[in-house]
Amino acid sequence: MLDRHADALVRAAGEGVDFDGLRVSSTPDGYRFETPETTAEGLSEADLRGRADDPYVTNWYFWEREVGGHGRPRRAFLRRAEDAPIHSTDDPDPEEDAGRAVPDRYAALRGSAEAGGDGGEADEADAVDGDGHGAGGDGGLVTEWGQLRIEATLGEGDARRYDLRHVDDADARAADLDSHDDPLDAREVGKLDGRERYRPLKTAPSLRRGWVFPSLDPRALTEAVEAFYPATVANWYREYEGELDVDHWVDTAERQTGIYDVIDELPREGVEYVAEACCVDSQCLRRREWEYDEGDDLAADGGDGPFPCREPCSLVVAAARKWTKLEAEEEREYTFTLTPSEREQVEDIVGAVADGRAAEIREADLSEGANRYRARYLRAKRFADGESDAGDGDTDDATE
Amino acid sequence: MSQALVVVAHGSHLNPDSSAPTYDHADTVRATGAFDEVRTGFWKEEPSLREVLRTVEADEVYVVPMFISEGYFTEQVIPRELRLDGWDVADWESDGLSADVATYTAADTGQTVHYCGPVGTHEAMTDVLVRRAESVTGDPDVGEGFGFAVVGHGTERNENSAKAIEYHAERVREMDRFDEVQALYMDEEPEVDDVTDYFDSDDVVVVPLFVADGFHTQEDIPEDMGLTDDYRTGYDVPADVDGHRIWYAGAVGTEPLLADVLLERAADAGADVSRAVEEVRESTRVAAGGSASPSPPEADD
Repeated sequence: MLDRHADALVRAAGEGVDFDGLRVSSTPDGYRFETPETTAEGLSEADLRGRADDPYVTNWYFWEREVGGHGRPRRAFLRRAEDAPIHSTDDPDPEEDAGRAVPDRYAALRGSAEAGGDGGEADEADAVDGDGHGAGGDGGLVTEWGQLRIEATLGEGDARRYDLRHVDDADARAADLDSHDDPLDAREVGKLDGRERYRPLKTAPSLRRGWVFPSLDPRALTEAVEAFYPATVANWYREYEGELDVDHWVDTAERQTGIYDVIDELPREGVEYVAEACCVDSQCLRRREWEYDEGDDLAADGGDGPFPCREPCSLVVAAARKWTKLEAEEEREYTFTLTPSEREQVEDIVGAVADGRAAEIREADLSEGANRYRARYLRAKRFADGESDAGDGDTDDATE
Repeated sequence: MSQALVVVAHGSHLNPDSSAPTYDHADTVRATGAFDEVRTGFWKEEPSLREVLRTVEADEVYVVPMFISEGYFTEQVIPRELRLDGWDVADWESDGLSADVATYTAADTGQTVHYCGPVGTHEAMTDVLVRRAESVTGDPDVGEGFGFAVVGHGTERNENSAKAIEYHAERVREMDRFDEVQALYMDEEPEVDDVTDYFDSDDVVVVPLFVADGFHTQEDIPEDMGLTDDYRTGYDVPADVDGHRIWYAGAVGTEPLLADVLLERAADAGADVSRAVEEVRESTRVAAGGSASPSPPEADD
């Protein structure tokens, strides 16, 4: 038992505690201590202090004395990270706020601590000695946020600790991953993808693997998540509260000035293509909530992610500028002579580039229409200039 | 009442290093503990200017633009995207150099936003330019026997840009520290291409007044001055050009002391940061040289 829990409980009892199932009050006959499992009355201060290691008490202490931040997105996000009701019982509006009760939550949070054998400090130790703890699977309480996997456990005094890593590294041993303590390292980790290319869109599903923040405190967890996926927590919480402010395409396009002033001239049909090209789950993990206009939805799939997209982002705006210019051109009719296989190959090439597969096609895989030799043969045969200066066959640029 | 600093910058869809100085200076200020929160927001990166304020818990927010001069971004884009209710550029009462602060309520968050002038026009930026000269020469007393050039775009895109260059050049001149001081431009006379024509001194420090290294500071200016035929092969610091030694410093915005300008801007706007100012002035002293071997950046729209 920790003195800080007991001291805080005694101090708080005067005004009364009502939090996540714990009710403590001071009565003329002594203290009253109540949880869904037990009720005790007429307690002395020593009796009350003796109950300070009850999970309901350490839970109260953690949320009310360490996390705080009522009504803030970070608190709601941390509640979500252990499947607690987002609004604890003393918050004003608990409707439709399901979540695990304290005993169930603690059992799940302890899964990892018990496996480690020596409490919540196990994470860091295990990251060093590599005895398999932190391997996930049978650990603490796991939630996901885009490509982030967050495993919450109980640390010293039941304060929460969080293991943060790529979802696809769930089964990796922490010792096999690059370990970070500073949540701001997330900016560097998220800057380049697995092929060392810059990620201008933080919520693109291209987060690299191979790293772990093995033991973050609550504040550091929310900082790291903010660095990986900026403003997603704030927007998720607004949406949860029914207060998400969505700016549809028309609002956003008309707001633009300078070189982006033109994008409100993109035809409605073009906006459909923009959403289909840029805003689907394969390209961005935000769930598109903006439409063409209020009451005028786009046909493209908005995605299934936990965090919403509330307006066209700067990449969409910049791309739309390009398409606005391109769509201003008049169509012409061209006549090509291609074999059926060549026509199919052109589609294969477009498909491979659009799906980001061009660089993955093996050098000697001639069955692929987008194979480099197949493309070079087609160029030699059908395109007048044949060989270009870029004779090294670098296909990477195709996906830029 | 808790207070936050929000540093807003352009950012880039193409250049991964564009945001690095903004992050670095924000980290320096964060480490002083002067603000309850320090955050960054970008036009081209995330969090966007539209959404950065909602990532801040404080009710009192000091917004400082990482821009060199007053103009399109500071006067139109940033206030619009931050949703500063009632923004009117006249509230800055600026002559193009003197914007300090105007205060509004952010429409979407209700926060009180003290919208500050850009870092580039603050008088403390002169000290950063000089500190940059110390850093690139590795000499904390550099001055005697040296010429000093401040480089900017010129008036083609924004007349206030040239005003800022002249302003700092004049202030460096008044220090009477360098033998000669000259403002140079990329797209008008006196041009940076002819840098050696404007100096008698053997040694000349050249500092571009840009917030981040990129296309202009890493490709155009080094090639224009004749430091190298091809920026990809890098250049020496100092480099010999027409009998002069050119100490090319790269963007002033990468100098650690720039964090001080962020603090000064917020302080001018009423933030309580006095102790942090002293701390940053000392902790950011570098005065160590180094040769530059830039990676090729790309221009952003």
